[in-house]
Amino acid sequence: MYDMKALYEAESVDHAISLLVEHPEAMVLAAGSDVFIKLREGKLAGREFVSIYMLDEMRGVTLEEDGTIRIGSLTSFSHIVESEIIQEFIPVLADAVLMIGGPQIRNLGTIGGNTCNGVTSADSGATLLALDAEVELKSPEGVRIIPLSEFYIKPGVVDLRPAELQTALLIRKAAYDGYIGQHFIKYAMRNAMDIATLGCSVNVKLSDDKQVIEDCRIGFGVAGPVPMRLPQAEDTVRGEVISKDLIEAFGEATKHDVNPRTSWRATKEFRLHLIETMAMRCLTESIIKAGGVVE
Amino acid sequence: MAIGKRTIRVDAYDKVTGRAKYTDDLCDKNALVARIVHSTIAHGYVKTVDTSEAERMPGVVKVLTCFDVPNRPIGTAGHPWHLEAAHRDVEDRLLLNRHVRFYGDDVAVVIAEDDVTADRAARAVKVEYEELPFVLDVREAMEDGAPQLHEEFKNNILGHTSIYKGNFAEAIKEEGLIKVEGWYDTPLVQHCHIENPVSYAYMEAGKVVVVASTQIPHIVRRVTAQALSLPWGSVRIVKPYIGGGFGNKQDALYEPLNAWLTTQVGGRLVKLEISREETFYATRTRHAIRFHLTSYVRPDGTFVARKFAAYSDQGAYASHGHGIAAKGMGAFPQLYPCDNLECDAYTVFTNKPVAGAMRGYGIPQAMFAGEAHIDDIAKALDVDPLEYRMRFVMPKGYAENFSMNVNYADSFRECLEKGMEEFDFKRKQKAYANQTGDIRRGVGVAVFWYNTGVWPISLESSACRMVLNQDGTIQLQMGETEIGQGADTTFAQMAADTLGIPFKHVHVISTQDTDITPFGTGAYASRQTYMGGFAIHQTALQLRDKILKHAQTLTRMPSYNLDLVDGYIVRTTDGERLMSLGKLATDVLYSMEYSEHITAESTYQCNSNAYSFGCSFAEVEVDIPMCKATLIKLTNVHDCGTLINPALAEAQVHGGMSMAIGYGLQEKMLFDEKTGRMLNDNLLDYKLCTTMDHPDLTALFVENAEPTSAYGTKSLGEPPTCSGAPAIRNAILHATGVAINETPITPHVLFERFNEENRFERLKEEQEEMQAQPVGAGAR
Repeated sequence: MYDMKALYEAESVDHAISLLVEHPEAMVLAAGSDVFIKLREGKLAGREFVSIYMLDEMRGVTLEEDGTIRIGSLTSFSHIVESEIIQEFIPVLADAVLMIGGPQIRNLGTIGGNTCNGVTSADSGATLLALDAEVELKSPEGVRIIPLSEFYIKPGVVDLRPAELQTALLIRKAAYDGYIGQHFIKYAMRNAMDIATLGCSVNVKLSDDKQVIEDCRIGFGVAGPVPMRLPQAEDTVRGEVISKDLIEAFGEATKHDVNPRTSWRATKEFRLHLIETMAMRCLTESIIKAGGVVE
Repeated sequence: MAIGKRTIRVDAYDKVTGRAKYTDDLCDKNALVARIVHSTIAHGYVKTVDTSEAERMPGVVKVLTCFDVPNRPIGTAGHPWHLEAAHRDVEDRLLLNRHVRFYGDDVAVVIAEDDVTADRAARAVKVEYEELPFVLDVREAMEDGAPQLHEEFKNNILGHTSIYKGNFAEAIKEEGLIKVEGWYDTPLVQHCHIENPVSYAYMEAGKVVVVASTQIPHIVRRVTAQALSLPWGSVRIVKPYIGGGFGNKQDALYEPLNAWLTTQVGGRLVKLEISREETFYATRTRHAIRFHLTSYVRPDGTFVARKFAAYSDQGAYASHGHGIAAKGMGAFPQLYPCDNLECDAYTVFTNKPVAGAMRGYGIPQAMFAGEAHIDDIAKALDVDPLEYRMRFVMPKGYAENFSMNVNYADSFRECLEKGMEEFDFKRKQKAYANQTGDIRRGVGVAVFWYNTGVWPISLESSACRMVLNQDGTIQLQMGETEIGQGADTTFAQMAADTLGIPFKHVHVISTQDTDITPFGTGAYASRQTYMGGFAIHQTALQLRDKILKHAQTLTRMPSYNLDLVDGYIVRTTDGERLMSLGKLATDVLYSMEYSEHITAESTYQCNSNAYSFGCSFAEVEVDIPMCKATLIKLTNVHDCGTLINPALAEAQVHGGMSMAIGYGLQEKMLFDEKTGRMLNDNLLDYKLCTTMDHPDLTALFVENAEPTSAYGTKSLGEPPTCSGAPAIRNAILHATGVAINETPITPHVLFERFNEENRFERLKEEQEEMQAQPVGAGAR
């Protein structure tokens, strides 16, 4: 028995939006793997909810004509892991969401929920950012598409306007084409059912001779208040010849990009040490996966 | 014979199909629900409780506060009652407390018609406090001027006991001794049984009935009756299947409170089920104990003098109290005998959740400190830690004066040999000796000491009833409880063999009902098989005698030439089966001349104890830059005497090993220094091990039959959880050269210790040296 004032079941995306217009205080309820926990804690007690869980039009992974990978916001993590499109072009996203919770949570939880929560520890956040993902949003005013990096505002707050619904995540062809070196590391205190101490996602595009890093993108979760990219670290290696020293310089550069905090979950010093270590490992693995050699 | 077989549990089918009924399954869905209001300060007095808003809510039946409860302090520990007042548990808490002593103490209760209303009403109760200073650290709590929790315990010391032997001060004057000393820290952890404590209470026929998830129904009846000042016979406790307890439910938790609640609402049915969060902070924990150990050894390794100090964090109320630290200390002089000893154990109140019984009762703590210390000694002497143990651990024939225990076989060396071989320990020890690079492996070993039951400290008594059915099957009733460990199955195996009937002919009545079930003190101290065994053995022989007397009448053969074998009356002279037990039972029950309902019931008091020893071997892989230790392999070896059911014994060991892994690597209750609030009171933030954190677990046994026991058994419930953590710690020491004197050895701890020992810099230097060497230099 949950302490809900009302639950409105949406029958279509447009219906969901009109329900949100009608009930401006209502919260969107997708699979509920986070909302129900808060309800149980009494934090959302007595609230109204618009359930979008039945909206199959928001589910699934498709490859559009221009090569854009479209992931419906209600697509479950298990679904993403199994998707052939994901496996072929951006397997790193499957690796990342496979680290979420346990099998039951992955069957339930959705990628839209993971991003709309706006938490820095969301396991999909670092990877989606590193893949230059965009967010499709629908409201009575129509559809708008913005970069995920702009969607995140601050902890727990994303750029969702009144009665606006996140309908899909988009990954453009230019963002994955040629980036065959992809790697993700989740750092947590246990091997399942855990919140990330840190999450690191790297993808690289190497030159034809595999000697030079043509491009590198790195995303981090829990390195700051929201998932973030590390531009200085990326600049350090872009266009450079692969070497052990370069990897170390990359690790060193992470310190200029991040701003982790001390909490009872981990000290700032420990997080900084791990960020450097994880960045170097993730880059090394990405280079190896792209056919490069680090020596 | 049923004993020694890998028999399927008597409750297996019901449990895996979901048919088995637990407390909440049995509770009528119309029950009123109760919610506890907990204190939001660590120490102080409740000035006022404003219940008006809560009481106005529709569906709220009653709000009761610390100003309403009977002024009768209770002791909650699940110990047998003692006829002498001096040996009874400390009675230091009320059902709800005005003097609150930890963040989460019980202040008020809401009774409502449904969960949502109860939650809303509990949030609406406003409590005003007069705050007092509080203390969270066990050593600080002992200092003069520290906040006092209980007036009658000066400096917050609940208990202090000592073991002194020989002359320590003289002995250490010997020249050439090597001194090894260290502080060793163990954490506050929680049992994390699947089923949170739950009970439902109602009144019927002038009695208060409580159905509860408990390990100790008969003790809970006594404590509940005392709390409510009722005659003991006016309280009835029923214990159905329970979803684990591990010692937490060896305490009267909320059963007395719930019993009182029903009396406040006219005997209506009240359910009190607490949440996981409440289970963490408001039930019981395992004592965090700080140890300081000192050993003086000769260069050949022999012990000359040893010192032991333990500071045990009791939390806010006495519960099981000093028994835990005392037991931990008791093992110290026995495990590695030494002529000169100074041992002191203190148990100290702090403003933290209450520590009680948890699987191992002081021994996991003492083994972590003691066995880490042994590796530190071996390191100081530069000797093999396994060989060191082989030489100095308790010898065969060792006898202890208090428990009268005797180490009849050479259990330790037999267990170490067996484990070492299976583990391939020696080869790995050598292979991992001189590693370089980021990722390194190591192996470690630790032994453990345990005993069986609580004699001679407490009463050891158990009663059993057997009732013969018309078909030759029996009902078996025990006061000893099935708490998931498989007790019912081993009881049935033992009963079947001693009586002489097939295993399937024993129907165990799993539920204990204090109105019906014979007396037994319950599941704790790893005593069920040992203690229950005596009562079963004695009662089965009495029932067998009655059966054979009737067999004499029916077969006209003298009873001394008859036996009961596999459910048949057998003539021993030629082995002829004369009649089935079923026929005998039917003929006797419906006889027009000598009808009898054949039953037997008896109480057995045991005046013995039994050693139960073993060891753990661990292999770890440590990723130094990532500050992660991964357990690769864990093997436990136990001498728990004769195995009644090898499959259940293995399961028991696996479960204990799992707890040891969490204790060694992951689990710790954390507190906010500013408020005393528990920070990680849920299973996301409290890092209980998942399946993914376990390697394959190996359980091995050495079966030296215990001569004091009815069936050759000794304890196995708690022992599996005692030596895993120090074995892991010692493996990390082997892998990295870094000694870590606290558990759990989390990445945070590794980061700190690797930093202190400059391990990160050293790795970098190592890599630079390797790069500086010309490539292929060795290939010429």
